[in-house]
Amino acid sequence: MTTAFTFLGLLAITFFIGRVVPIDPVLAVVGDRAPQAVYERVREEMGLDRPLFVQFFSYVGDVLSGNFGMSVTTQRPVLDDLMQVFPATLEMATLGIIIGVALGVPMGVIAASRQGSLTDQAIRVVGLLGYSMPAFWLGLVGLLVFYARLQWVAGPGRIDIFYDGLIPTATGLMLVDSLVAGDLDVFWNAVSHIVLPASILGFFSLAYIARMTRSFMLNQLGQEYVTTARVKGVSERAVIWRHAFRPIRVPLITVVGLSYAGLLEGSVMIETVFSWPGIGNYLTAALFNADMNAVLGATLVIGAVFIVINKVSDALYRVLDPRAQ
Amino acid sequence: MATTREWLLTESPASRLQARLGRSYRMLLALLRNPLAVLGAMIVLALVIIAIFAPFFATHSPYTVELTDRLQPPSKEFWLGTDELGRDIWSRLVFGARITLIIVVLVAAIAAPLGTIVGAVSGYLGGWADRILMGITDIFLSMPKLILALAFVAALGPGIENAVIAIAITSWPAYARIARAETLTIRNCEFIFAARLQGASAARIIVRHILPLCSSSVIIRVTLDMAGIILTAAGLGFLGLGAQPPLPEWGAMISRGRAFILDQWWVATMPGFAIVIVSLGFCFLGDGLRDVLDPKSGNSQ
Repeated sequence: MTTAFTFLGLLAITFFIGRVVPIDPVLAVVGDRAPQAVYERVREEMGLDRPLFVQFFSYVGDVLSGNFGMSVTTQRPVLDDLMQVFPATLEMATLGIIIGVALGVPMGVIAASRQGSLTDQAIRVVGLLGYSMPAFWLGLVGLLVFYARLQWVAGPGRIDIFYDGLIPTATGLMLVDSLVAGDLDVFWNAVSHIVLPASILGFFSLAYIARMTRSFMLNQLGQEYVTTARVKGVSERAVIWRHAFRPIRVPLITVVGLSYAGLLEGSVMIETVFSWPGIGNYLTAALFNADMNAVLGATLVIGAVFIVINKVSDALYRVLDPRAQ
Repeated sequence: MATTREWLLTESPASRLQARLGRSYRMLLALLRNPLAVLGAMIVLALVIIAIFAPFFATHSPYTVELTDRLQPPSKEFWLGTDELGRDIWSRLVFGARITLIIVVLVAAIAAPLGTIVGAVSGYLGGWADRILMGITDIFLSMPKLILALAFVAALGPGIENAVIAIAITSWPAYARIARAETLTIRNCEFIFAARLQGASAARIIVRHILPLCSSSVIIRVTLDMAGIILTAAGLGFLGLGAQPPLPEWGAMISRGRAFILDQWWVATMPGFAIVIVSLGFCFLGDGLRDVLDPKSGNSQ
């Protein structure tokens, strides 16, 4: 129920944004010199003479039936465009969250187990850096250092032009598709392209994940059962990983879900810097061309995915935590 | 000096003013014990001073084009190098501090009071008003902020004012949530009942009694959010949707430097360092303030 309400709210906001555009959508179709009669007719055809709430309901109906309108730039339905670019974003964000979890969780646990130490302080500063660095700037600096100077990774884009189109598109995920096709050259080339932007995204999720892991762990380490385990002579390693870490796995799922949703959003800036052909790049390109259908469509899709991930991680929390039932 | 200190720290203040000053003084002492918070406060203070007295800190004009000096590396003459139009990057950063400060102050001045009032009204009145206001708040909260801000700016048109409006629209809900939570804990306190029995209206109770008590949590949250506001504003600038050229906005400067990143690295990297330092300053200060003002929600202990 509340989910449906939230979606309706999202639609209301995009509808509202579509209405406050200073460009008259009718003028965009007929041009400024059209006679009044033509203007009125087109206005009626586009349904803009109807009351606002009627227009809103027809907008909701359109969106629900998958009609997001045509993109002015690509001359294709916005939904088709979005389906085509979405896998690229999904691939980068997924790899990013894997990196973020793989590094962030251990960092948080170590920081908590050595509270107040230099390690703890260092991890805290790394975390705060994640909150204070512009993603696009870190992307540029990363390209400068790792691509231009050290030449460890490939440059912008998803794959070298040389390899482009060599493998059939099955899932749209370059790494998966190349493995399915059994083409390791393409796979490694795709890896060298994705590793830098995904690591940068991972760094931003790491900041939040490490911080939350640390605070959950501190909460557990202060509990009496931990003292009991220590008194019984359980090694510190086992106390931390076997006893204290177990109960925080469930709340961590929510944290990971939230940061995953955040990465889909964060990829907008990273994609622009890395010319990554994903939804973020599509959105910014549409912004420059004043292609409002595409802007609103991309906003809707990112917003919807964001809401769904939030709700799913909430639901998972309730299913997995026995106390919440 | 010692007597002033004693007067401030006394256990039995003689007046309301003395009690208030004493409380602020104790907080200041607690804040000074946190080295990161002091560093943060110094960075923020430096930003404010540099922004106000920009002409004194700038070594060149931020706008004068000098094509013979274009893309000079950092040197004694140009501390951080020059950009593609021969403008001194240090001077542009100094004047850019004004833009950054104006944006964060305006966003905070719009979003924080708006969110606090929505939250306080919602929490105090309860019932239908609460459900509707919090419903709207939750819708905004469950949406990606950056994307919404992008879409709003796309609709309103690029520019600083519209960037400020878009960021404010996406950041008020967090304050509404905090203010509502605070209001719920104090709405059934006896002093509120006393005020109500004396015939105070709901509006008066909210403005005079509830809002002042919400302010410290909201202030902490605003300080912590400053870094995010700076990053979003810089991001809009980077995409060309924020401040327009020739204004020396930091994000826009990075975007101009992008074309020269491989050979003239300083053009794009220097403004980024400015953003990182200032955001980090706000983060440190906010973290410290939270530990001092609101120890119960701090996650460091």
